[in-house]
Amino acid sequence: MLILSIDTSAIASAALLTGEGETLQAFATEDTRTHAEVLAPGIHGLLCAAGVSGAELDALVVGVGPGPFTGLRSGIATARALAFAWNKPLHGVMSLDAIAVDAALDAWRLGIDEFIVATDARRKEVYWARYYSTGGTHQLIDGPHVSAPADVPELPAYGRGAGLYPEQLKAVPDFSGTQPTAEALGRTAVVSLVRGLPLLETTPLYLRESDAKVPGPRKRAL
Amino acid sequence: MNRSEPLVLGIESSCDETGVGIVRGDTLLTNTVSSSMEEHVRFGGVIPEIASRAHLDAFVPTLQQALDQAGVTLDEVDALAVTSGPGLAGALMVGVCAAKALAVATGKPLYAINHLVAHVGVGLLDGGALPENLGALLVSGGHTEILRVKSITDDVELLGSTIDDAAGEAYDKVARILGLGYPGGPAIDKLAREGNPKAIRFPRGLSQPKYMGTAEAPGPHRYDWSFSGLKTAVARAVEQFEAAGQDVPVADIAASFQEAVVDVITAKAMLACTENGITNLLLGGGVAANSRLRALTEERCAAHGISLRVPPISLCTDNGAMVAALASQIVMAGGEPSGIGFAPDSSMPVTSIHL
Ligand SMILES: [Zn+2]
Repeated sequence: MLILSIDTSAIASAALLTGEGETLQAFATEDTRTHAEVLAPGIHGLLCAAGVSGAELDALVVGVGPGPFTGLRSGIATARALAFAWNKPLHGVMSLDAIAVDAALDAWRLGIDEFIVATDARRKEVYWARYYSTGGTHQLIDGPHVSAPADVPELPAYGRGAGLYPEQLKAVPDFSGTQPTAEALGRTAVVSLVRGLPLLETTPLYLRESDAKVPGPRKRAL
Repeated sequence: MNRSEPLVLGIESSCDETGVGIVRGDTLLTNTVSSSMEEHVRFGGVIPEIASRAHLDAFVPTLQQALDQAGVTLDEVDALAVTSGPGLAGALMVGVCAAKALAVATGKPLYAINHLVAHVGVGLLDGGALPENLGALLVSGGHTEILRVKSITDDVELLGSTIDDAAGEAYDKVARILGLGYPGGPAIDKLAREGNPKAIRFPRGLSQPKYMGTAEAPGPHRYDWSFSGLKTAVARAVEQFEAAGQDVPVADIAASFQEAVVDVITAKAMLACTENGITNLLLGGGVAANSRLRALTEERCAAHGISLRVPPISLCTDNGAMVAALASQIVMAGGEPSGIGFAPDSSMPVTSIHL
């Protein structure tokens, strides 16, 4: 099995993985605002480096957020167009799972049962979800949500969203800068794909409405 | 790459229309458009985030439909093209990412195209080669520009543009003031037919001598437009009727507003044409559907000895065929592809015809 994974819920990243969850090639950028420029060259580069063509892929997976809208859409638009052109199945994965997969193992080692994964939602808010660690495997029990850091449950928190708000969140130091990556996202997806378990649709998890307001009564010009 | 009669697939997502068009050389094969206009109605104008969300959902179905209608496969396409600007940043991003992905998946060359110049290039699909001494007047919800087109593939110059609202935006805002709904253009155009265009003299923006100057010593905005003052003048007129306890003569206001817009657009366009040796004018953009704009442009072009070309309205509004049409010309002229590393540019200048 050969899977192309893409996530742009925070940084832009892509990875090529085997059915055993082994990463053949991975690409990631630290920048959170140039997805439309760098993502396609990144994917092209990793396919070339691995000597893999689209026809050889078994499936694509994409992070469906939550994440800042414009960046998030670049990954989903890219993944949908690639899957269409290659005529390959495409699945969605909740992007916070890409942090939870490694956080769950860490939590288990530390004897933590429940934990939070949080990422930067900008506007002084975080995207977060609550997970259970069953023997090192993550299990989503609540979320994803978007809220002020103060409204997140008081549990050990993994991810950059926790690192940004050390006053309000119990950030786990080793993970305080961790962002979702396509590589980690692919590892969580592979387990389900190999077992034939369902994944998500590719509908983006915006969590926030567009800021549009229905206009009120006309303002006086005089 | 086939450069003599290339099969080109063009993608447009700069505003609220998701378009995929396919051309072969300068023959139109299909022009598929999915619009999110309905979703903007209750807001009275295009909401960028709503438009971007709609582009994401519409893209693959629109692409599939275009390929089916044209009876071609992605494999057969010689080149891909996408609007890279100007337009709404988040909306452009969706089309650009999808286009780049198709380029990665198929290995086809990708051309990043200027939306405004594509509005001119679409003229090639209807009526063949573009004439010499060409100008283009583009009027829509997103733009109001007058261009000089020496060569559609490598020499386009901006002569004038709006310094604030686009003409179509002014229509939307005034329609809201008059309680006529969205989009404002068709509603005002319809109602204006029942009104007196001379009932109220609304201001013609940037027409004072300090802005206009003379042909020899042009002022800072000789060929530019401004519509924000006009919108305020309409609001003030409505309030004066209301304050006096009178019925608001909505049809007269609509007609007088439309006359002010169309008069100043065409007057300045004619000035730009005659002073820049333009003898052929192409009218493009969604507001080209406006009956009064068409009539007055025809009348004034005729008076100035300028030939006028107006593509069918389905090609005047934003669409992917215009992107494909311009890219096809660039391919035939030997232009190099843009690669897949470019960034969308929401304020891409017309001098940049493709990246
Ligand atoms: Zn346009």
